Amino acid sequence: MLEITNLHASVGDKPILKGLTLSIPAGEIHAIMGPNGAGKSTLSNVLGGKPGYEVTEGSVTFRGEDLLALEPHERAAAGLFLGFQYPVEIPGVSNVQFLREALNAQRKARGQEPLSGGEFLKLAKDKAALLKMDMEMLKRQVNVGFSGGEKKRAEMVQMGILDPAFAVLDETDSGLDIDALRIVGAGINSIMRAPDKAVLLITHYQRLLDVVAPDKVSILAGGRIVETGGPELALRLEAEGYDAVMA
Amino acid sequence: MTTATLPTRRDEAWRYADMDGLKRLGAAALDQWQAIDVPAGENLTRCLVVGSNAPEVQRLRVTLGEGACAAFFAVNRGGDYTRFEVEVRLARAAHFEFGGVTIGGAGVTREFVTQVTHAEPEATSNQTIRAVHWAGATGNFLGEIKVARHAQKTDAAQDFKGLLLEAGASANAVPQLEIFADDVKCAHGATVGELDEAARYYMMARGVDPATAQRLLVQAFIGDAFVALEDEAERERLLDAALAALEGANL
Repeated sequence: MLEITNLHASVGDKPILKGLTLSIPAGEIHAIMGPNGAGKSTLSNVLGGKPGYEVTEGSVTFRGEDLLALEPHERAAAGLFLGFQYPVEIPGVSNVQFLREALNAQRKARGQEPLSGGEFLKLAKDKAALLKMDMEMLKRQVNVGFSGGEKKRAEMVQMGILDPAFAVLDETDSGLDIDALRIVGAGINSIMRAPDKAVLLITHYQRLLDVVAPDKVSILAGGRIVETGGPELALRLEAEGYDAVMA
Repeated sequence: MTTATLPTRRDEAWRYADMDGLKRLGAAALDQWQAIDVPAGENLTRCLVVGSNAPEVQRLRVTLGEGACAAFFAVNRGGDYTRFEVEVRLARAAHFEFGGVTIGGAGVTREFVTQVTHAEPEATSNQTIRAVHWAGATGNFLGEIKVARHAQKTDAAQDFKGLLLEAGASANAVPQLEIFADDVKCAHGATVGELDEAARYYMMARGVDPATAQRLLVQAFIGDAFVALEDEAERERLLDAALAALEGANL
């Protein structure tokens, strides 16, 4: 579903990704772990198309299409969802308005009819309930005044509503307490665990992987994938640390 | 009879005006003041859309009686020079509310000019101005607040924010405070910035196209000016009039 081949990317003049290759087929949840500064967030930003990140070499193919040729909103319409490490606050715009615009823009790009206000609210209510989020919160401004945990839960509500084929989740577990981690993990399973979907899960900790069992785990270090294994690789990292495992 | 002459840039109140637009409008038009009296204890709310394809200057003189309340909400748009001017005199415990939006590109000049006189004690005023410009256009806000010697417990606030969607556009804010009483609150703030690129990227990452993302962000930005407007239909009308200016802006 997602094929990353020999990807090199820079921020400014600084090369961060240095020949990253990774293939994630449909049905797979693939966790990426790695020390600070390894390039995990850069990978997620490059996949999302964030301005300021320059791809200098390599390719990314998503469902057979050249992902890097698409604008960020076109990537979303193609079925890619990016869970932000730091969700952005948008004063003056409500979650409901924002997400309805987003969903209907994606539907339009795919040649589907827009959802009516009533249909959208029903969908939003279902997905909010899945993440145990009060519908009142969705009527508030996007992420404004939300706690760190609420922001991450709101991201997952967004993911539920937009129903992507592929999700890149960048440290979705950071800032979550134990209960919220379970809720978010269960949300990921319920929304994304399907034969025709896949997830790239960027995380620092095993605890999210206890809830969202990954099919594969890769270690990203120095801008490249240095090792790929099964779930046991994450357990080894947790027990021994990066230095020992990569040595 | 007054001899109508055009102002010059040396007049502080016309410093940023579009002199060519004024010339085309003619000096006589500048002598037209509309007088509005709000008697003691009464309320008045007015919503206006200023601007067309010719220069337009609207000048109001508003007198508020004791405990009266006047609220003006205005969008300054169109294809040519626009200027909306209000002079207000507040009696005891009166309130003046002003929400204004200037929006436009194509090198136009837009102006809000207010002069709020707190002539008696305990009056309050609140002004919220938002300016959104691109393509060499200019948004100006000249806001004067005068507090008379005995106008204790005056509470006046003025808030200007400019949003420049492109380099080359500009916004000018000129707050002027003249305070002769000592027990007063007068707050004023002015900032000018660019579109929040992080917010725009976030929206695009969710599938919103760039033009829609921009419209949503501009709508949120100018919405501040109409928060105090309770009539939802009127608020929609003003927002639509403002946002229509963005259509075809080619940003």
